[in-house]
Amino acid sequence: MRGQEARDQAERKAVMATLAQASGDDIVRLWNEAGLASEAELLRGPETGLVTVRGRIGGGGAPFNVGEATVTRATVRLASGQVGHSYTLGRDRQKAKLAAIADALWQDPTQRQTVETALVAPLRAAQSDAQKKRRAETAATKVDFFTMVRGED
Amino acid sequence: MYVAVKGGEAAIANAHSLLADRRRGDRSVPALRLDQIVEQLALGVDRVMSEGSLYDRELAALAIVQARGDMIEAIFLVRAYRTTLPRFGYTNAIDTGAMLVERRVSATYKDLPGGQLLGPTFDYTHRLLDPELAAGADVAEPLQRAGEAEAMPRVSAILAREGLIEPDGDMPQDHVPGDITREPLEFPMARDIRLQALSRGDEGFLLALGYSTQRGYARNHPFVGEVRIGEVELELDVPELPFAAPLGKVRVTECQMVNQFKGSAKAPPQFTRGYGLVFGQSERKAMAMALCDRALRAKELGEDVVAAAQDEEFVISHSDNVQATGFVEHLKLPHYVDFQAELDLVRRMRAEHDARENADMLEDKKEAAE
Repeated sequence: MRGQEARDQAERKAVMATLAQASGDDIVRLWNEAGLASEAELLRGPETGLVTVRGRIGGGGAPFNVGEATVTRATVRLASGQVGHSYTLGRDRQKAKLAAIADALWQDPTQRQTVETALVAPLRAAQSDAQKKRRAETAATKVDFFTMVRGED
Repeated sequence: MYVAVKGGEAAIANAHSLLADRRRGDRSVPALRLDQIVEQLALGVDRVMSEGSLYDRELAALAIVQARGDMIEAIFLVRAYRTTLPRFGYTNAIDTGAMLVERRVSATYKDLPGGQLLGPTFDYTHRLLDPELAAGADVAEPLQRAGEAEAMPRVSAILAREGLIEPDGDMPQDHVPGDITREPLEFPMARDIRLQALSRGDEGFLLALGYSTQRGYARNHPFVGEVRIGEVELELDVPELPFAAPLGKVRVTECQMVNQFKGSAKAPPQFTRGYGLVFGQSERKAMAMALCDRALRAKELGEDVVAAAQDEEFVISHSDNVQATGFVEHLKLPHYVDFQAELDLVRRMRAEHDARENADMLEDKKEAAE
């Protein structure tokens, strides 16, 4: 049971990460294509605020504050009772609201599959492709050193 | 007597509408869109985010347009906007080792895990202006190279295995990271607070100070152990979730400066380090920050403080360009009353001076006559 709970949490977090990284336009487009319900009671927000980004001295030492970033968050409750949350960089309120609804829908066993296949899977695929492309473009700038042999021995 | 003077409302309003007109410029030229600035003036946007201390590309782009390209004015606008928002909290510390690397070079190791990745760099360009760019020529897609993603440990971790380099900077166990946006600056300050100030500090100021250390004012023999640029994930602990909320990714530049150190009463011979971490793609700033961080550790490492770059109060008090511009630029605001008082004072002093001179001259004449 505990293992299942941990797996569920990891999956839910992964869904939230995918939504947070997606553009608001992509979420709206897929949302409309899938005909997902966007009725939900707003419990909080969507509201924009700041988080202070922390780094570590030397990369792995003690934490220090680097600067702020804008974040928009929302909390919603579905008619079926599930409460969903979202936190996402930037100031896109519509995106934050839909991401919170998606989180709530995902927690409803009858809706989870729809959210996964219609919304999360295409976003995840696009993000993975973009990441692969970026990696491959960077890899093309990798320096291949070769040694010049001089003299006979 | 003090006479209050009012006036200038109409002049100010008209000046601002003139500013709006000049900002827009020739109406037959298309207006800039924010996405054009975000995409095509990306490093300017990054500078505004870094020194404005706010990661938000669209806001930085808006600030650049509104400021007509005046970067310090744009940074000022972003800083002002920041103060209007509530704070949700502090993120978990980012892991630059897990970065999706877009550029990574080391000047100390040729062959290192993950290799030398030049990325989108100005290095090795010939700095020749490109007329094709002026003509708006199409740009080819970049080449791609297939292959497995390699892990890219930080170079400092490689050096650490030999024990010849100091570890990543630690603070006492119970130390809470300081925050200059919450508490006033106090000297001497802990390294974490210094780093926060340096990360938002003026690039030009830090660059000049870093340069001064290379030219011999607090020389500390730096090597770029590593510069890396790329995106890292942000996470925020929140009470309503049983795990850290993922927020998305931000691009940062990290510089690990490695400095030869011959040892002192406080530390044995080894490589010491300076650290730079800034928002966006900004390696000049990250390198300058790392040079300044190392120089400012003079006291901690038992070095003599002999140069400006080692003087914590001097560097940190003057590194913020919003503060600096505020104090310098306020000089052009009306100081009529102050100046009137000064004028009276100088007139009086001059009259007294002249009276003394005349008296002395009379005295001299008298003596000469006798």
